[in-house]
Amino acid sequence: MSDTALSITLIVNGETVSERVDARKTLVDFLREDLALTGSHVGCEHGVCGTCTVRVNGEIVRGCLMLAVQCDGATVETVEGLSDSGEIADLQAAFEQRNALQCGYCTPGMLATAQDLLKRAQTSGRVPSRDEIREQLSGNYCRCTGYHAIVDAVEAVAIARAEAK
Amino acid sequence: MKITDDSPSVLSALDRPNSYIGRSVPRPNLKRLTQGRGQYVSDVALPRMAHVAFVRSPHAHARIVSIATETAKKSPGVIAVVTGAELAKVMTPWVGVLTHLKGLKSAPQHAIAVERACWQGEAVCAVVARTRAEAEDGCELVEVSYDPLPAVVDPETALDPTTPVIQPDLGDNLCFERKLDAGAVDKAFAESDAVVETTFVCGRHTGVTNEPRACVADWNEGEQRMTVYHGTQAPHMMQDLFAKHLGLAHQQVRVLTKDVGGSFGIKVHTYADEMATVALSKMLKRPVKFVADRLESFVTDIHARDHRIKAKIGVKSDGTITAFEIDDLTGIGPYSVYPRTSGIEANQVVNLVGGPYSCPNYRAQTRVVFTNKNVMCQYRAVGHPIAVAVTEGLVEQAAAKIGMDPLELRRRNLIADDAYPCTSAAGLKFEKLSHHEALAHLDAMMNYAGLRAEQAKLRQQGIYRGIGFASFIEVTNPSAAFYGVGGARITSQDGATVRLDAQGAVVVQTGVTEQGQGAEAVVAQCVASSFGVPLDRVRVITGDTDVTPYGGGTWASRAAGIGGEASWQAGKALRANVLAVAGSMLQTTPETLDIRNGVVVDKTTGNERLPLEELARVAYFRPDTLPAGIQAELMVTRHYVPRAWPFAFTNGIQASYLEVDTDSGFVKLLKHWCVEDCGTIINPQLVDEQIRGGVVQGIGAALFEQCLYDERGQMLNGTMADYLVPMAVEMPDIECGHVVSPTADSELGAKGAGEAGTAGAPASVMNAINDALRPLGAAPLTDMPFTPEKILRALGKV
Repeated sequence: MSDTALSITLIVNGETVSERVDARKTLVDFLREDLALTGSHVGCEHGVCGTCTVRVNGEIVRGCLMLAVQCDGATVETVEGLSDSGEIADLQAAFEQRNALQCGYCTPGMLATAQDLLKRAQTSGRVPSRDEIREQLSGNYCRCTGYHAIVDAVEAVAIARAEAK
Repeated sequence: MKITDDSPSVLSALDRPNSYIGRSVPRPNLKRLTQGRGQYVSDVALPRMAHVAFVRSPHAHARIVSIATETAKKSPGVIAVVTGAELAKVMTPWVGVLTHLKGLKSAPQHAIAVERACWQGEAVCAVVARTRAEAEDGCELVEVSYDPLPAVVDPETALDPTTPVIQPDLGDNLCFERKLDAGAVDKAFAESDAVVETTFVCGRHTGVTNEPRACVADWNEGEQRMTVYHGTQAPHMMQDLFAKHLGLAHQQVRVLTKDVGGSFGIKVHTYADEMATVALSKMLKRPVKFVADRLESFVTDIHARDHRIKAKIGVKSDGTITAFEIDDLTGIGPYSVYPRTSGIEANQVVNLVGGPYSCPNYRAQTRVVFTNKNVMCQYRAVGHPIAVAVTEGLVEQAAAKIGMDPLELRRRNLIADDAYPCTSAAGLKFEKLSHHEALAHLDAMMNYAGLRAEQAKLRQQGIYRGIGFASFIEVTNPSAAFYGVGGARITSQDGATVRLDAQGAVVVQTGVTEQGQGAEAVVAQCVASSFGVPLDRVRVITGDTDVTPYGGGTWASRAAGIGGEASWQAGKALRANVLAVAGSMLQTTPETLDIRNGVVVDKTTGNERLPLEELARVAYFRPDTLPAGIQAELMVTRHYVPRAWPFAFTNGIQASYLEVDTDSGFVKLLKHWCVEDCGTIINPQLVDEQIRGGVVQGIGAALFEQCLYDERGQMLNGTMADYLVPMAVEMPDIECGHVVSPTADSELGAKGAGEAGTAGAPASVMNAINDALRPLGAAPLTDMPFTPEKILRALGKV
């Protein structure tokens, strides 16, 4: 630990966490290395691929473009928290049923981004089109599926949630 | 869209009661991954684990004059700073050659460069520290003095006498060459009514796995054993290589491969930095972790496809193809990659050009040359996208030249569906292909006539849409002919061990591995079906050289066809053993019994006789109650290797429908279709998703992906912002169709499906772009990727 370490307190997946972290450490490295929350992945470390996508204060962010020290006082949610709370259970089930993941490395970030889209769709009361889903997911790279199955899964959940209202 | 759980079986021969063959059951390992509870190598953390970062050459070619490490050694957290010369005392160098690629040569390659760096990005020094960040801090403080040498960057001039020789001991820059001359090519061209001659260029690109390459090596000095957690496609191959170059026995090396964040052929090779990590662990007697960052990935993950092909086709006015001729050139970096070599891709190009067609006249030459760029080797669909682009590009240009519909020209030349078995002009042996049935299926599925009418109508409105096709063949299920005969210790056989546990469920251990393709699901489906239990009673263990049968792993579309057959046979053998015990318990002959849905039943009536749980209880805890001489053998192993055919060739045809914006040069993909024949389909959903994912990787090659180098051998676009991979918004929906021609080499009849999409997609997109632009008088585009700039140049707009 260098002399540039700072103390931070934040809520991660509902638990209060107080740690000393190096000022240069990214949020995703902090989650993975200090809290052992390895569900958030590191792909490019320059904000392009989206595998590190997590939710900070309700907004999806790139865990590699935010420093851990910027999260002092924040509420952070990762795939582990989104899974345990049951918030994205229907989305996860659709991904599994539709084989909308192969290696699974992009999946936690993809789920967080898709859930963000689906929540906004629920607010607006409109089911997004396939083109809109594709547009929204374009900040999350998947090298395995070719995206078709992911779009299918997200679309199916959007329709199911709209019908359940 | 509607998600369907399952689809009815399309098969009968394998349709045992409660068979899972032909059913789209979800993969058993998915929940772990959707919840972020996978275990990728980058997640592994061990007690006393250190991290390594590498100082990498900024020069494409330079003599290493000196390396000053004292300052770095004093940097906080740094444990060791190790040069190539120091590491060479622990690990021996390697040479990537295969004896059946006659004449192929390469120089010894070290884990860390000794004396000379031969490409930008080659590691020249390692820094091991408590954290990756501290290791990178240490790298900043290593002072390397370089004497830059001339860099060989252009394959076209690599063999000129005035060009420096990269590896002086080899005498020249020629790695490998091959010539082939079949039939009477000159005569055939002379008798042609039209000849098309053009040059194709395939951009150098790379796999861009979302999880970079990663390994954690853990040398236990007390046990004298090395455990390597490795994101690899071939654990047993890596066990052999780690052992060989550290001077250890196989028994001393365990390779563990759990979740792998994408592979695509990138992770089936020997990488110097991974070998160095293993050697450092042995040297330092503690775990050492290496995870490539994205820049390291771009300059050290194998590149592929960098070929220039001069090509020629002859055709008669009735559409008969008279001859193919190619002259291929590829620059593969300073070393042939170990142990699969960098000659295979070019060899495949020679093998595959013209492959779908009955034309007997074919002449080919390829030259593989050394350059001072990152190394090239096998990436998904090795050589196929190049060969298919050349063949299908020529076919559609020939069709345009004689004014024939491109599908009609294919109908007149594709090998007849009743002509099998047969041998291609290049000598490939085909057991059973279905080009014509696949073409007919595609024609109907895409409503070709309707699309042509739409295209014509839109052209009158100034909207330029194109339709392009690509017929293809694909190498799958390789036998020992691929690597074994060339002296590489890469096994072509694979095995499955199945065990009835004490509650009557089944555990399978298999040598094939899972990187997302669905190998675990396929193996589980095969065992559940041939043994007779519900799918949720089968657990699959892969990726551990200590426990799985010796096997090749997952590459060359082999997991389902080879691993699946071994699993099917192992399940059958266990069923026979279980029924022998059941027969003695029930005082009947085993032949009158079967196992269905986890219960021993009367074969004729289906009446339940004995739950497997009860049989297991007796066999394991009360064997004393079994008749004398009855020993229950509830664990069996079976292996399988293709023997009748060197490869199980598959075939198919793809189509692309797109629109070109003639003002901006942008291409909008509207729809993509693929009909393929991978034999028996074990899991239709997994096959379709392999096709779709493969198609998109192929589209990336056609439109976006290219590793750009300058004249000094510097890679210019080593970030994900600059090297473009397909995004969701740019990709079309992809419709899949199937023809089923099982291979008779196995009982299951499954061939591979993992690479067909990638093989055909670039050619179909290229042909569609050229179809769209043809009425505008643009010269056909043949230089991938087809960027907006190249399209505008073809239109004369820039």
